[in-house]
Amino acid sequence: MALITAAGVSKDYRTEEVTVQALRGLDFEIEPASFVSFVGPSGSGKTTLLNLIGCLDKPTAGKLTVAETDVALLGRKESASFRGKHLGFIFQDFNMIPVLTVYENIEYPLIMVQNIEPRERKERISRMLAAVGMADQGGKYPHQISGGQKQRVAIARALVTNPALVLADEPTANLDSQTAYAVIGLMKKMRDELGTTFIFSTHDTKIVGEAEVIFRLEDGQLTGKELKGGPAHA
Amino acid sequence: MRNLFKIAIRNLIRYQRRTLLTASLITIGVVFVLVFVSVSGSFKTMITGQITDSMMGHLQIHRKGYVASIDNLPLNLNMKPKAYRIIQQALAADAQVEAFSPRLKFGGMFSNFTETTNIRLNGVNPEAEFITVPLLSSRIIEGKQTLGKGEILIPALLAKGMKVKPGDPVVIVATNADGSVNGKQFVVSGILESATGPGGRDGYVHIEDAADVLRMTEAEVSEVAIRLKDFGRLDDAVLQLQNKTAGEVNPQGQPMFEVHSWEDLSPFFNIARMIDVMTLFIRIMLIAIVLISIMNVMIMAVYERIREIGTIAAIGTLPGKIRSMFILEGFCMGVVGAAAGVAIGALVIGIVNLIGIRFNFGQQKGLLLKATLDPVDLLVVSVIVIVVAVLASLQPAVKASRMEPIDALRHV
Repeated sequence: MALITAAGVSKDYRTEEVTVQALRGLDFEIEPASFVSFVGPSGSGKTTLLNLIGCLDKPTAGKLTVAETDVALLGRKESASFRGKHLGFIFQDFNMIPVLTVYENIEYPLIMVQNIEPRERKERISRMLAAVGMADQGGKYPHQISGGQKQRVAIARALVTNPALVLADEPTANLDSQTAYAVIGLMKKMRDELGTTFIFSTHDTKIVGEAEVIFRLEDGQLTGKELKGGPAHA
Repeated sequence: MRNLFKIAIRNLIRYQRRTLLTASLITIGVVFVLVFVSVSGSFKTMITGQITDSMMGHLQIHRKGYVASIDNLPLNLNMKPKAYRIIQQALAADAQVEAFSPRLKFGGMFSNFTETTNIRLNGVNPEAEFITVPLLSSRIIEGKQTLGKGEILIPALLAKGMKVKPGDPVVIVATNADGSVNGKQFVVSGILESATGPGGRDGYVHIEDAADVLRMTEAEVSEVAIRLKDFGRLDDAVLQLQNKTAGEVNPQGQPMFEVHSWEDLSPFFNIARMIDVMTLFIRIMLIAIVLISIMNVMIMAVYERIREIGTIAAIGTLPGKIRSMFILEGFCMGVVGAAAGVAIGALVIGIVNLIGIRFNFGQQKGLLLKATLDPVDLLVVSVIVIVVAVLASLQPAVKASRMEPIDALRHV
């Protein structure tokens, strides 16, 4: 069964004078454990789509189902709970909490969102820190580490709650190409190890090649889908 | 909750200078309030103590109508011995009453054999009087600390004006209730420091001597001064005594007695009320300081951390926890401000006491103010600061918790 199903999903932004159609009747499915990329130029609707999948926004029309839940039906609190339970987020600007250490940033969703007991928390964080190669950096604050390291921490934070899906909006946009490849490689490795679905958006054509399923977006419409193998599509 | 506190405290430390300035403002406010409350409260307590403990007693009972004519010291409005015995029995049986003293008040002429002047006198039972108004003995600045039969305590201004000193013979002449005049010789046993307030310049003689001068076979009583065991229960005691005496009526069916607390009898009570009003305004100012400063800081904190709010909301933090995070920041600032304010306030009050503030109150010169901090005041001020800090954080915290994560994440 598909992890995500979109049927005629549209999103309009209305201002007083004009209505902008950000997404126009999208239909697609994404299988569990996929490594998916949405590509397209700026303004093509990538971020809007990721926001809809991430329950941060609601479609204007159509039906979007994520982990068997119609996201349009979720209220404000239910959306937050759903995100905390099923989703992980990786942001373009890393979005670390500056007053917390690397360790505490990863710990944050376990305490504040999932309320995991201390022993299991410690175990999961240690495992994640080791998996993203930051085992010896746990005590540092975000301003003491590099951009690439921050994105590694963000990946660990997104995965520590064992989500079904991790959404990454332009995760490599603020990284040099070498670090960008390393981050995408790490995301893929984590997908392989944990079976988590990763969806990322990018307009970097080189990075796109790392995805196993590529959806092309233009002016809010899906203009193509490319399959490049991977366990979900074997 | 521990983690919410940790984040709140770290966020406060993150904006060190701002937190320090705000906390300092709250601290200064708390210090001013505590010092004012302490000094004014101590002044009030001290003067109240002076008034009640050196002349008035905590409350007084008179024959109905006496207080309205008290300036004339009307002998015809004295309690007859039978009436006094009713009061005496009621007071002796009252567990709240520590001591009481009957007084026979009258006006007369004071002569040192070369000059004559007016004097107001209290005929008292010295033992009962010195227990009921324990500071009376401390007002005796010259002479003996006692008062025997045939002796008189006279106010300092009179002694000075009439050039009389302890041991000197004087004569008191007074008109009795029938209008006839009588005189009696006394020996000055001591000089009384004048006190501000009703009865502060009165002299004292033994009640039996007073009855002699006024040609009474048995001493009548103008007023009964009463000292309570617990001054804090004054209102309660007044009410109880009013109820107890309400049943006593004269042949015309009118109430025989009236009960008044010192508050009804001394004009200083209005000053005390004014001090209370000023204290209230000072507290309101503190509330305004805390409210405005914390609200300002929290509004800025929310504005500066919109993206952070978006991030934590996106990863699933419930609105209630986001709200709590900001409320706790305000709470922590309130606690720090209150704690520092209490500590510094206590220090300042300690220094004030060390320096020793002396002041004059009417005829009483060089009174030493002993500022004290009432634990209840400490608690009230601290609770006010913390509660107001939380209230001030509420609006920004609610705003933060209601932010749409998508809008917050877009914020630059």
